[in-house]
Amino acid sequence: MTTLMSEPETQETSKPQPADQTAAGSTEDKAVNDSETLIEVKDNFGFNYGSTQVLFDLNLRIPNRKVTALIGPSGCGKSTLLRCFNRMNDLIDGISHTGDITIGGQSIFDPALEIISLRKKVGMVFQKYNPFPKTIYENVVFSLRVSGRNNKALLDETVERSLRRSALWDEVKDRLHESALGLSGGQMQRLCIARAIANEPEVILMDEPCSALDPIATGKIEELIDELKTDYTIVIVTHNMQQATRVSDRTAFFYLGKLIEYGETTKLFTNPQEKRTEDYVSGRFG
Amino acid sequence: MKLEDLKQRPAGEPMVWLTAMGLALGTVMVVCLLWVIFVNGITVFWPKPVYQLELDANSTHRVSAETNVFAGAISMDREITGADDGTREYQFFVGNKDIYGFMYKFVPQADLVESDRTKLTQPKDIMVAERLEYGNAIFYPVSMQLGTNEVLRAETPDFTTKLYALVEECNERRAKYTALEKKDIGRINHAIRKIDIQIKALTANKTTKEVQADAALTAQIDAKEKEKEKWNAEYEILAKQAEEMREAQEKDSLTYRLVTGEEKTLPLGDFVHIYQPNQFGFGDKVGFFVSQFWGFLSENPREANMEGGIFPAIFGTFVMTVLMSIAVMPFGVLAAIYLREYAKDGLFVRGVRIAVNNLAGVPSIVFGAFGVGFFIYMAGGTIDRLFFPDYVASKVPYFGTGGILWASLTLALMTVPVVVVSTEEALAAVPRAVREGALACGASKWQTIQRVVLPASAPGLLTGLILAMARGAGEVAPLMLVGVVKLAPELPIDSVAPFIHLDYKFMHLGFHIYDVGFQSPDSEAAKPMVFATTFLLILLVVVMNLAAILIRNHLKKKYSTSAF
Repeated sequence: MTTLMSEPETQETSKPQPADQTAAGSTEDKAVNDSETLIEVKDNFGFNYGSTQVLFDLNLRIPNRKVTALIGPSGCGKSTLLRCFNRMNDLIDGISHTGDITIGGQSIFDPALEIISLRKKVGMVFQKYNPFPKTIYENVVFSLRVSGRNNKALLDETVERSLRRSALWDEVKDRLHESALGLSGGQMQRLCIARAIANEPEVILMDEPCSALDPIATGKIEELIDELKTDYTIVIVTHNMQQATRVSDRTAFFYLGKLIEYGETTKLFTNPQEKRTEDYVSGRFG
Repeated sequence: MKLEDLKQRPAGEPMVWLTAMGLALGTVMVVCLLWVIFVNGITVFWPKPVYQLELDANSTHRVSAETNVFAGAISMDREITGADDGTREYQFFVGNKDIYGFMYKFVPQADLVESDRTKLTQPKDIMVAERLEYGNAIFYPVSMQLGTNEVLRAETPDFTTKLYALVEECNERRAKYTALEKKDIGRINHAIRKIDIQIKALTANKTTKEVQADAALTAQIDAKEKEKEKWNAEYEILAKQAEEMREAQEKDSLTYRLVTGEEKTLPLGDFVHIYQPNQFGFGDKVGFFVSQFWGFLSENPREANMEGGIFPAIFGTFVMTVLMSIAVMPFGVLAAIYLREYAKDGLFVRGVRIAVNNLAGVPSIVFGAFGVGFFIYMAGGTIDRLFFPDYVASKVPYFGTGGILWASLTLALMTVPVVVVSTEEALAAVPRAVREGALACGASKWQTIQRVVLPASAPGLLTGLILAMARGAGEVAPLMLVGVVKLAPELPIDSVAPFIHLDYKFMHLGFHIYDVGFQSPDSEAAKPMVFATTFLLILLVVVMNLAAILIRNHLKKKYSTSAF
């Protein structure tokens, strides 16, 4: 896998011509093979806000049950890509895209697809913890309630399972019916993770989940990510490169809307093939 | 670095003073207004001492042609207009309108005899009586006639105790027969009125001959008449009971003599309350104040609204405001949700928003006129035609006339912009992150709004409600067109089925102020009533707003998002 990594990067350094891109795609195929792939960004995926193009010619495969980190300086489009995966960008007027993204082989831009069903399969945790102004219990079961599942036993079971899974159960089991807004920041973020996994999604998207947290809470979330990857595919956007090295298996480096380098995290950080990657991970810009 | 340079004042500091001045000016005006209303409204109920005074022999300010002596309570003490030497004049409340023809009299201080100018005399035994007619009387008691032959002189030691006890007895009896007349006889009157309308409907558009010719119709009418007779019989019994009680009110009577010498005898049933203000200690005064205030709150008006309480007006205002809130909230909130959450921003939506905002600037009387045209004639008329054909046939409108429902809906329409604007603001203030969180959980847009956005913006919605209530409760002009009356015989909610009478006309504090203050013949007598009523209207609005604010704070605690 590692040897294959170098190739797309060299492609990136040279002029990103369509032919090279296909080549990059083909090398990626070897990096993350078909059976491992869950999410595939393909056909030179591009994305526009109105007339401004923010993502260019992306082709990458995100492996199943691994943590993939998206890094890059502010404005490089990593969050935009993340929000494409659950079509959160649809909330914005005037967006358009080229190319395709598939999850488990299914195109997410298929007109027949219901966005709501997609979002049930692709959970999301946001930069700033955003619990609902409801009780802890109601926060966790929110996704079940909106899909009309109100069976008490099922809800109870889901609450316990999700909270245990997000390592919050012991801290809140005695106050499940109190407001979620009384929790600490780190607890609220873990509650948001519990909320995201209550629906048993296949993918969890995390948009800088620790940027609003202190180091201890961050440590807990990172431990949690490590545990969750046994069951879920996690895509995490982070500004914190140490965090990327700590939690992710693979890392993609974006710059100005382009994928510059994508490969195994240790490889990318210790032996970057690209000058810009090296500059970024060594802190020379960004 | 020179000190001169360091002494430079920062630019724009005087603007701070300007802003502070603006706030101070506003605050002073509001506080002054409230203070004037509060003081004037509340002192109406505080007992004032009654003075017995003598005028100079050549004074032109006599109360009675016969004598220079008079008695009264000071209601105003002011400098004579245009006098430079600071001479004062008093306005006395002399009462006894039935004898003097007026209740207030201005007397310059200089017109009083020498001894009274320095110290006003307060006779201990003088009595003040609140009566059912002609307002208060100020007098010395002479005697009481108990039944037909027993006479109790005022000099008898337990005279006052006995008098008070008998007046109290009369009050209880009055309460009883008013309740009887209002509740039971009211119910019968309702039933009879209904039958009358049915009969009228049966004979509508038919000549007497036609009716007589139609046997089936005659039979129907006869049946109705029989039913009516049954009610009438019941009515007779109750009316007799009431009549007996009314007669009992006339059994005993009090003879009193005014300070100016006139004597008068009135049955005890004509008195509401007799007291001797000059014998009051502080505790008595407080007790008197409380009972007067409570009476004002809880009693029906008397004598063309000039005396008695204003309970029907308070109740009418309250019910109308509640109905208005019930009508305006769902309407305004739904409109705002569509406008903010669903409508695509464009020329049309912007136009709608401008129109809604401008609606707030339409004179309220225009809403009144619209209420008459749309609600009363169109909606009310249609309801009558569809559901109450009897009323239409007998040409008595049921919903097709002014009533509390139409008044509430008119005000609801008037306050819609307030609710829409504040709801829109509240919706916009819900953090985007919370909405995204809900959408990311697989909630649809409506589910997001319903389950997350609306609860989070509930405090903002209540702010809109508070503003709407404050505007609606104080409005008068449109109400005059759509259902407010000077005197409503029945409350919109009572014990006669169906209990809530949306078709009834009602009394309203704001209209009461206008009516008493500007439509009554005696403006001096009306002044205290106007102040007290204004005070109560403000109090009512404050109380209703406080309730809404308490709910809002509760919701804020529950739903405040710590994030963002």
